[in-house]
Amino acid sequence: MNGTLKFVQGNEACVEGALYAGLKFFAGYPITPSTEIAESLAYRLPQIGGKFIQMEDEIGSMCAIIGASLTGSKVMTATSGPGFSLMQEALGYAIMAEIPCVIANVQRGGPSTGLATRGAQGDVMQSRWGTHGDHAIVVMTASNNQDVFNITIEAFNVAETYRTPVILLFDEVMGHTRERLIVPEKDEIPLVERLRTSVKGGVDYHPYLPREDGRLPMSDFGGVHRYNVTGLYHDMWGFPSENPAVVDGLIHHLTDKIRNNVHTITQYKEYFIEDARTILISYGSTARSALHHVLNRRKRGEYIGLLELQTLWPFHGDLIREKCKNAELVVVTEMNLGQLYRQVKIAVDHPERVFLANRVDGVFITPTDIKNMLRLIQGRGV
Amino acid sequence: MERCRLVFSGSGGQGVITAAVILAEAAVLHEGLIATQSQSYGPEARGGATRSDVIISESDIYFPKVTQPNVLVCLTQEAYNKFYTITRPGGILIVDNHYVTTSRKVDAMQRELPIYERVMTEIGKPIVLNICMLGAVIGITRLVKPESIMKTLQSRINPDFFEINQKALDIGMDMVKDYAMP
Amino acid sequence: MAIKDYIRERFFPHIWCPGCGHGMVLNALLRAFEDLAISKNEIVMVSGIGCSARISGYVDVHTLHTIHGRALAFATGVKMSRPELNLIVPMGDGDALAIGGNHFIHAARRNIDITAIVMNNRIYGMTGGQYSPLSGYGTLATTAPFINIDHAFDVVELAKAAGATFVARTTTYHVKQMSELFKEAILREGFSVIEVLTQCPTYFGRKNKAGSAVDMVKSFKDNTTPVGSKAKLESPGLIERGIFVQKDLPEYTREYDKVIERAMKKR
Repeated sequence: MNGTLKFVQGNEACVEGALYAGLKFFAGYPITPSTEIAESLAYRLPQIGGKFIQMEDEIGSMCAIIGASLTGSKVMTATSGPGFSLMQEALGYAIMAEIPCVIANVQRGGPSTGLATRGAQGDVMQSRWGTHGDHAIVVMTASNNQDVFNITIEAFNVAETYRTPVILLFDEVMGHTRERLIVPEKDEIPLVERLRTSVKGGVDYHPYLPREDGRLPMSDFGGVHRYNVTGLYHDMWGFPSENPAVVDGLIHHLTDKIRNNVHTITQYKEYFIEDARTILISYGSTARSALHHVLNRRKRGEYIGLLELQTLWPFHGDLIREKCKNAELVVVTEMNLGQLYRQVKIAVDHPERVFLANRVDGVFITPTDIKNMLRLIQGRGV
Repeated sequence: MERCRLVFSGSGGQGVITAAVILAEAAVLHEGLIATQSQSYGPEARGGATRSDVIISESDIYFPKVTQPNVLVCLTQEAYNKFYTITRPGGILIVDNHYVTTSRKVDAMQRELPIYERVMTEIGKPIVLNICMLGAVIGITRLVKPESIMKTLQSRINPDFFEINQKALDIGMDMVKDYAMP
Repeated sequence: MAIKDYIRERFFPHIWCPGCGHGMVLNALLRAFEDLAISKNEIVMVSGIGCSARISGYVDVHTLHTIHGRALAFATGVKMSRPELNLIVPMGDGDALAIGGNHFIHAARRNIDITAIVMNNRIYGMTGGQYSPLSGYGTLATTAPFINIDHAFDVVELAKAAGATFVARTTTYHVKQMSELFKEAILREGFSVIEVLTQCPTYFGRKNKAGSAVDMVKSFKDNTTPVGSKAKLESPGLIERGIFVQKDLPEYTREYDKVIERAMKKR
């Protein structure tokens, strides 16, 4: 691949991806272990005429990016645990008002202030259900710098395509580990730009009337169309409505636009799945330890493989079932008490074959940990 | 060298993490190698125990942490006491003899080096202690060329400090010239 | 443009109670727009949640009806991204100063060019009459059924201390002054705060035996006095209205342009 070779932290790889995707506005609040994203963008954004603002808190940050997105900018915020909790209300607003935006949550140990400088993956369910009410959400992750870079670009593309917030669920280990990154030349990775309405000024524009393909062309705030945006249930003009048909139509639109496109949205990587009797399912930094273990055991002739999920939500249950159909053992490796494990168990044909190999003590799970837990699961003793 | 795992330890403010970053960055940007660098730290910006892990390899690195380092560097007594036992058998343990008194021998090449002492007498500025330490590390291991370290430093530091960093690196290498690995 | 051209006629009648002061604020605001002859496309009105927040729906400009207390944070994002737009943020007293208090003082501190209107009716109307941070000691509300022991903020003092560069107060009795103050605030570059004392006969009025809407409006006439008037010396209980702060300080988005200029030199 042609491009610029860099040696950076995962947080900086995320920044590079965001800038490559066309980020123009960032609002944030300092919090470990995501702060480097804000620091780096405070430097980089004004250099390209973009805007950075440090808000008074994470609530304000999330609100500010929504406001900026409405004017036509690609926007992002970044945070960790407690800050992500504070963003949930405005995240719901972005879902309801269909505002494209990207939120990076570099996970740390929780609940509460928890473990500020330690990696964890305990926000998998919060990223799915953190804001109130039925809704759909897109949550993506990655396990190495190049993938962090690529998935960040993909997050912006998905946000624009579906007019939705997209959450990047990284973690402390990924955020702070430095490794190489090649930033490709411009135009090497396709970007999705904002779909703007072709309706002329003075003509009735319906900001919330989906086209036949389900997409909703936008009109920049400050442009020629004056319309209303609200977090209330609303009609095709964006005006509050309690009409049952409107309410029912909107909630289904909001959820279907994501759910019906799970095949297109889902990204994953697989290693030796074809003949694997044992399949590890992992994501984010934990997938690195899992892959390390898989490669070690393959060298010894063991039939073991890895399914690395990069899209966690919408959860592609059919994919999991298909990939695991011949496996004698499915082991979900994650750094929480089984948040994705439960999803996998529901998805597969043989839930009794699904086990959890985890670690929740703030220490990054090692390949040896996985090896030992597999031996226990297989009844072979450590 | 197929893969070398290093742990740099000391206290916040000694430049332990910076040294680790510079080494790994030099390997990636100037030697075409694969490397990872990670760190663990407490809440304090100065003081406290700091540890940074570096892996330098010719092939892809997945698990980025180091459990048994080929090279362990300890710049404080606290770090030494905490970490010396993890040294990989047959590996290298480097301590600064001003800060650390070693208690017992490990199954490794153990070097008590006068890093602090020589930096203070020959340069007089403790700020380059970490670069001198790095000189000793690359002097022994030959992981990367000193020029690669200097190129990396060039993009990070004020040109006014280039010379004392070069000197610190040279002192570090000189300190271990008799111990260099083949 | 006529005043009628600034409203979204099909959304009337409005949802406010008979006698509510919010319509009078809307009226004064529309007159200000008309007098200034600002293009509707250049106005973005951002509101939060509550009776006051519904004002945005009735005006034919770019309107962003957001979440409780956060209107100024949303507006900050819009303004940063498109500094040439006029940002008007009407808020209720609970919206602006309870849940939104932090955003309020920080927007003021930055001196970002936003016109913040605090429609102060001293009560939470939409939820049915609970006390707000502006209700004041000794008042009654559904959540202060015996007596309210919370002291009120003085919006003017708070805005001054937080760094707003234009701070004014008026009432729904003084509709001409209200319009003039809105005009001045919109024309000024920087963070402007206009507190409008407005009546909620349905909840504050009933709970506190303040009489009809007309009585309440009349009380604004009787209990207020122009800033610096002699009457205030004689009757210290009078509430001052008029302009309290009017100063020129660098505006935030212009300051950020300087950041961009510096950053570009370092490329």
